[in-house]
Amino acid sequence: MADNDDFEDDIDLNALPDDELVEQIQDDLYDGLREEVIEGTEILLKRGWAADKTLTEALVGGMTIVGIDFRDGILFVPEVLSSANAMKGGMEVLKPLLSESDSSSAGKMVIGTVKGDIHDIGKNLVKMMMEGAGFEVIDLGINQSVDEYFAALDEHKPDILGMSALLTTTMPYMKVVIDEMVSRGIRDDYIVLVGGAPLNEEFGEAVGADAYCRDAASAVDIAKEQIALRKAG
Amino acid sequence: MNTPATHIIACGALANELLALKKLNKWDHFKIDCLPAKYHQTPALIPDAVKEKIKQIQSKTDTNNQIEILVAYGDCGTGGLLDVVLQETNTKRLPGAHCYQFFAGLDVFNNLHEAEIGTFYLTDFLTQHFETYVWKALGLDRKPELLEMYFGNYKKMIYLAQTDNKELTQKGQECAQRLGLSYERIFTGYGEMETQLQQQVYHKIEMIA
Repeated sequence: MADNDDFEDDIDLNALPDDELVEQIQDDLYDGLREEVIEGTEILLKRGWAADKTLTEALVGGMTIVGIDFRDGILFVPEVLSSANAMKGGMEVLKPLLSESDSSSAGKMVIGTVKGDIHDIGKNLVKMMMEGAGFEVIDLGINQSVDEYFAALDEHKPDILGMSALLTTTMPYMKVVIDEMVSRGIRDDYIVLVGGAPLNEEFGEAVGADAYCRDAASAVDIAKEQIALRKAG
Repeated sequence: MNTPATHIIACGALANELLALKKLNKWDHFKIDCLPAKYHQTPALIPDAVKEKIKQIQSKTDTNNQIEILVAYGDCGTGGLLDVVLQETNTKRLPGAHCYQFFAGLDVFNNLHEAEIGTFYLTDFLTQHFETYVWKALGLDRKPELLEMYFGNYKKMIYLAQTDNKELTQKGQECAQRLGLSYERIFTGYGEMETQLQQQVYHKIEMIA
């Protein structure tokens, strides 16, 4: 977003009024400038901004723009990863404060990459965006077996189970997990969301998930919708 | 009698191997048509591109002759959507999920994957063009700090070699070093791609006979 590097170098974040600082943090996040995002986040906190307001308006707001531009083909994976890395920096500043003040979570999610698959970039993005939206996320990591998913469901009692896969060869494992949920009679106790590059809506439907999420931003929207539906039902 | 053409719609990453097999076996009736190898990074574009190519071939071919088309792709990350196109057009593709699988052979590849799931695979093509199709495609030339995010969970790189080439063997080693992975080279030859093409030829001979 920065047109003029010299100008960017000269910006004193402390001198900016709140609205311009938020805009600048969003620009820096877009450009993947981790240190600048951390600095901007700290300044907002010093000015008395609440952690959740800082998260929502500066970081999530910025990452949403990144998500839209990725969807529209303006940004590519490397840029999104740089932005995510910058957002992670800001989140690390906010997280201890969010934990202290967290009175109502939007919901709880257990998430993991399926057995045989070590890819976690998409999963990590979903985790970050879900946390940004107020969800409590328990990240199981990569290469998760049915037993490991079930142990986590049992221990954490989440609202949502999220499964991710990058490989055509590993994505069928999602059905193995869901089928096992059905056979144990617990399928309807959870919202099951699936995602990953080779997946599509038809696949999500075929394996018996509640929804397929094509990217991290849509995962948040779908999770909110599904939680609302459950509450209404 | 002239053998009617068999059209092979291929990933550009297989062009050298297909041309080598065509020359070696004198499969002069093979007409090879390649799609850009860069679709390796954007598999969502493959099904429509293959469909378009099939339509082009069908529209140019005399309807009195039976058209034979073989698609030289695996699933290649299309999540089954390439197979939907192939079903609609009554066309076949190479077996397996991707070129690593059909070069190595299904069982061998599955064993390799089970032995170490954190393995990154290269072929002759990807080793030769590592800079373009891996390093630059992942943006590592611009953002080397992303290496850990991409490859942090990987432990090993296996170069599945289609040919005996000292330069590529050495280059494979260098690629592994750049990615911070241990290195192994396994000679596969053309694997199940060759077998599949041979079957296509036998099938054609039977049809003509």
